Amino acid sequence: MMRKATLLTTASLALMVAGCGSDTQVQQYGENPELPGKQRGLFPTMTIAAPAAWGDNRPIVPKGFTVEPIATDLKIPRQALVLPNGDILVAEGKGGGDAPVTRPKDLIAGFIKKKGTSPVKGGDRLTLLRDADGDGRYEFRVVFAEHLNAPYGLARAGDRLFVANQDALVRFDYRMGQIRASGPPITVTRLPAEINHHWTKALAASHDGRFLYVGIGSNSNIGERGMAVEEERAMVWQVDAETGASRRFATGLRNPTALAMQPGIGQLWAVVNERDELGPNLVPDYLTAVRAGAFYGWPYAYWGNNPDKRVRPFKPEMVKKAIRPDYALGSHTAPLGLAFSNAAMGARFGSGVFVGMHGSWNRERPVGYKVVFVPFRDGRPAGAPVDFVTGFQKDGATFGRPVGVAVDPRGALIVADDLSNTVWRITPTSNRPPGQAAAEQGGE
Amino acid sequence: MVNNAALRRTIHPVHAVLLAGSLPLFLGALLSDLAYSSSYQVQWANFASWLLAGGLVLEGPALLWSLVRLLRHEVRRDRRWLLFVVFLAATFILGFVDSLVHAKDAWAMMPEAIFLSVIVFLLGCAATWLGFSRFGEEEV
Repeated sequence: MMRKATLLTTASLALMVAGCGSDTQVQQYGENPELPGKQRGLFPTMTIAAPAAWGDNRPIVPKGFTVEPIATDLKIPRQALVLPNGDILVAEGKGGGDAPVTRPKDLIAGFIKKKGTSPVKGGDRLTLLRDADGDGRYEFRVVFAEHLNAPYGLARAGDRLFVANQDALVRFDYRMGQIRASGPPITVTRLPAEINHHWTKALAASHDGRFLYVGIGSNSNIGERGMAVEEERAMVWQVDAETGASRRFATGLRNPTALAMQPGIGQLWAVVNERDELGPNLVPDYLTAVRAGAFYGWPYAYWGNNPDKRVRPFKPEMVKKAIRPDYALGSHTAPLGLAFSNAAMGARFGSGVFVGMHGSWNRERPVGYKVVFVPFRDGRPAGAPVDFVTGFQKDGATFGRPVGVAVDPRGALIVADDLSNTVWRITPTSNRPPGQAAAEQGGE
Repeated sequence: MVNNAALRRTIHPVHAVLLAGSLPLFLGALLSDLAYSSSYQVQWANFASWLLAGGLVLEGPALLWSLVRLLRHEVRRDRRWLLFVVFLAATFILGFVDSLVHAKDAWAMMPEAIFLSVIVFLLGCAATWLGFSRFGEEEV
């Protein structure tokens, strides 16, 4: 079988380079994205990131902002959490390795996609970063907890830290200023983990700390592993923080990769990665307020009531039930990070959300590979997304891939980059203490 | 008469195994496709993918072998050998296309997968029939 795989890979790559399918840009953000017809040639169109070292390159941020790496050589950083004293917790890990090879395609696609990711082994740990003197340099770094299982979602509620491993929601007690977990994690509840095709478990806590919301991705692109393995998948769970009891909060969300609680009103928001292999401009990934009890379409429908008949048995009644998400972020951009901004980020970026986009594989011209800002007005997305951090790709080389984003209330955006294993910090230049600017001029 | 006997050639036993061995695999792929289309159980589609891949693993070397022999004098001017190579190549190429169709997720492979699997099996039968005939008699 391996001979066959090698042969197919060589042929596939050659034909993929030749390209197939038109890749024209369509307007695909906001409430009413253009939805072109479905396209799928004999080969799924693939353009995989070619990783390269940053060298002298740096992410590009808007005028009036500065970007600095605050931690490097991490072990696959995914999500970050800013603690009340300004310390930053970073979840490091790589999950999903148990998904079985069920078709020759799985061998080949797995091999090709792996080229676009970091070869480093996931840390399965939480790293704490501290800037004790407030100069913007995180000089203190320590492992807060280890031997976790592909930790991803992070949330704090009062004096408890919650971590969503790929197979369980766990918690640690937390005292302000603590640098090391005081004991092993306590399991709040097991999470659906069989196969774990989409293994990331996103996490957010309600303002009162009573409930946790866990994003659980589907076990396939579009049901190709059979619908039996999709039990309790592609949904957001609401978990009681005390008892661990869970219930389905919203369903039909193919891969809800990041959750965030809207400040003030406590509305839950999610970014969701939509299905592949329907062409370069289908289906738009999206940002949406997660409504209790709502069904968002997967696998039977996309963007409201558009049917996807690749799933059998097909259920027309589920297509009718599907509701439209709020705001399209573009097809294949792969949003994996979501954080609400605040006034400390300046007037232009003060009201809205930051979205970290890991970047595409299933289209010829890459999209994503950046952090965008979606402005909000009256608590709802309003207007076009604004590029906030770019420069992750240049001349066909990919230096980094953004994942989780977090906003420091003191005025900084934290971005986890799982390709270069770096955590970036973007601050309004005016916010920086004068000492730091002087030190930089002297030092560099 | 000695000359005549030397020209009445059959294919090498190993070549024959490669050729005929692909047939049950292609047939299995077709039957699995039919099972998937009537049951919606994706495991049948997975079986079909692997069976097809297996058929191609045997058919590939068989095709190569027949091409190499085409360059040699004893069969070069035999039209039936040429026909054998053409059918074998068609089986392999359409089998490969069928594999790509089977790589589409879930029901996206249907109904093309069934049509292609039927064609590939029939072409494979024809190629095997031709391959098992005797060659070189026309030159006598």
